[in-house]
Amino acid sequence: MAFTENNNGGRHKAPLELWIRATFLMLGSIIVTMLGLMFITFIIGRVMPIDPVLAIVGEQASKSTYDAAYEQLGLDRPIIVQFALYVWDVIHGDFGKSLLTARPVSQDIARVFPATLELATIGVFVGIVLGVPLGVIAAVKRGSWIDQVARVIALVGYSMPIFWLGLMGLLIFYGILGWVGGPGRVGIFYVDIVPSVTGMILIDSILDRNWLVFKDALSHIVLPASLLGYYSLAYISRMTRSFMLEQLSAEYITTARVKGMSESAVIWRHAFKNIRVQLITVIALSYANLLEGSVLTEIIFSWPGIGSYITTALLSADMSAVMGGTVVVGLIFILLNIFSDLLYKVFDPRAK
Amino acid sequence: MTDIQTWRAWLLTDTPTSRRHAKLSAVYQGWLSFRGNTMAMVGLWILILLLLIAFAAPFIAPHDPFAQNLGNRLQPLWSDDHLLGTDSLGRDILSRLIYGARITLYIVGLVALIAPVTGLLVGTVAGYVGGWTDQVLMRITDIFLAFPRLVLALAFVAALGAGIENAVLAISLTAWPPYARIARAETLTIRSSDYISAIQLQGAGAMRIITKHIWPLCISSLIVRVTLDMAGIILAAAGLGFLGLGAQPPSPEWGAMISEGRRFILDHWWVATVPGMAIFTVSLAFNLLGDGLRDVLDPKDSEK
Repeated sequence: MAFTENNNGGRHKAPLELWIRATFLMLGSIIVTMLGLMFITFIIGRVMPIDPVLAIVGEQASKSTYDAAYEQLGLDRPIIVQFALYVWDVIHGDFGKSLLTARPVSQDIARVFPATLELATIGVFVGIVLGVPLGVIAAVKRGSWIDQVARVIALVGYSMPIFWLGLMGLLIFYGILGWVGGPGRVGIFYVDIVPSVTGMILIDSILDRNWLVFKDALSHIVLPASLLGYYSLAYISRMTRSFMLEQLSAEYITTARVKGMSESAVIWRHAFKNIRVQLITVIALSYANLLEGSVLTEIIFSWPGIGSYITTALLSADMSAVMGGTVVVGLIFILLNIFSDLLYKVFDPRAK
Repeated sequence: MTDIQTWRAWLLTDTPTSRRHAKLSAVYQGWLSFRGNTMAMVGLWILILLLLIAFAAPFIAPHDPFAQNLGNRLQPLWSDDHLLGTDSLGRDILSRLIYGARITLYIVGLVALIAPVTGLLVGTVAGYVGGWTDQVLMRITDIFLAFPRLVLALAFVAALGAGIENAVLAISLTAWPPYARIARAETLTIRSSDYISAIQLQGAGAMRIITKHIWPLCISSLIVRVTLDMAGIILAAAGLGFLGLGAQPPSPEWGAMISEGRRFILDHWWVATVPGMAIFTVSLAFNLLGDGLRDVLDPKDSEK
């Protein structure tokens, strides 16, 4: 179909070969970007108005204790050396120790990250399931009431402060109606009942066949996940609509219609098939945004994920935790972006 | 020009008599098409109203926004003398909202000045000079783009200390990279055009070409982008305020007001609800205005 033309146009290299070449090029850019990200985080950690040595040894420490700790932290060395050491540690999975929890930051992150992952995954799932069909219908029935509704949904989504919407959701569905669970991942009676295998409580409770916990966890996740879902729905439906409009105005669509193809085949087998790659890019972006953008949502819903972890650490000046958390979130963000870029380059013959 | 010709005809002429005439005519026609967009006009009116409210705050606010009255705390909506009720310290919520409009405009205005100008500088220099300057500048831009925005702003504010100016800096720091990208893309297309070669031959330096010939052409796409970003800026500022990292109490910043009302949300819902409505209204207005402006200034990007 749309691809055959380009294939005749002299595309000799196999997709796999292209993939490998692109991957190597990307790898260099990931490394540079990661180093930059770590450098910025590192600098922010250094200009923090709080003395990291005092935070460890306490206000009353003698001069010699202070100096010893100062040297132990490597603060007497040049800043570039300090940065290199930091990078070396991070490569080995060592983000230092959290002042707040007194545990290695890497362990803390491994503990809190599944909570964020669970929330964002359900959120983006809601966004795809509702957003893609909504966008397609809005494009096909352009100007109809459903197109208007889709427009309003997106507009409101772009304009609403997420933390406020979360509060209103809690007020209405938890406070007044009592339909859903309150803040937190599970009710107080269900904490730590199921053994943590994946760290994602819905999956853990299924593995444990503990349906009581599953039900409770579900009632807690439903509100924050729909909230995040709404935001990705706003974005995904808008993008789907404009991709579809672009395809539907193309000449091959007219040809297909002239040939007497049914309308649903034109829409799904022709137009939709050609926007799949773009759509995956948008979904990956929206997933990355949810993973990092859930900071405020996590705080409203007391969700023990990486967003609340970073924020709590920030407010108590726990810089190793902040730096570790930021680097991890940044890495995921970069990887998802690059993944969608790669996908685009390999599967869309026009983007060469 | 004869007397019969009205201003309108003069503005709508097909045969402009001078450069300024042509420019004014283009602006007027843009305005006419903008005016036809009802939603964009609604957005514009809301923002004009906001400006007036912020400007006239001392005259229209019924109470002192900082005056506490513990005997009168948490009054409901529509109570005597307090149209929108009072907060946990007995301060009039309506007056605080009115003064809060000033803070919102202050933040948005500063960010809308700092971020695009930074982006414009970086982007045009990278695009015009090219070579390794381009490589380095764009790599830096990519790094900032790769950073999760809110997390970067959070870390930045934490490092500099909480406060409204630092919040502005933090938001600008996360907001400039897209402008740099846009400005670079525009510069690349402009740079290869014939008239740039012509002025280069006439001996114009890089400085002159960038400031006099490239910047003016980048402005319109940047303005559209800024207007569309305004809503995001307001939401980011409110988010920082909500987390206690933006404007500090007793400042009537809207995000901070929500955070304050959060503690009473179940019993006294209006304390947190009302400022949220204000944030929503203003960012909605900016989105509507941005959509309208995009249709006028940048027709190729608007939905067909």
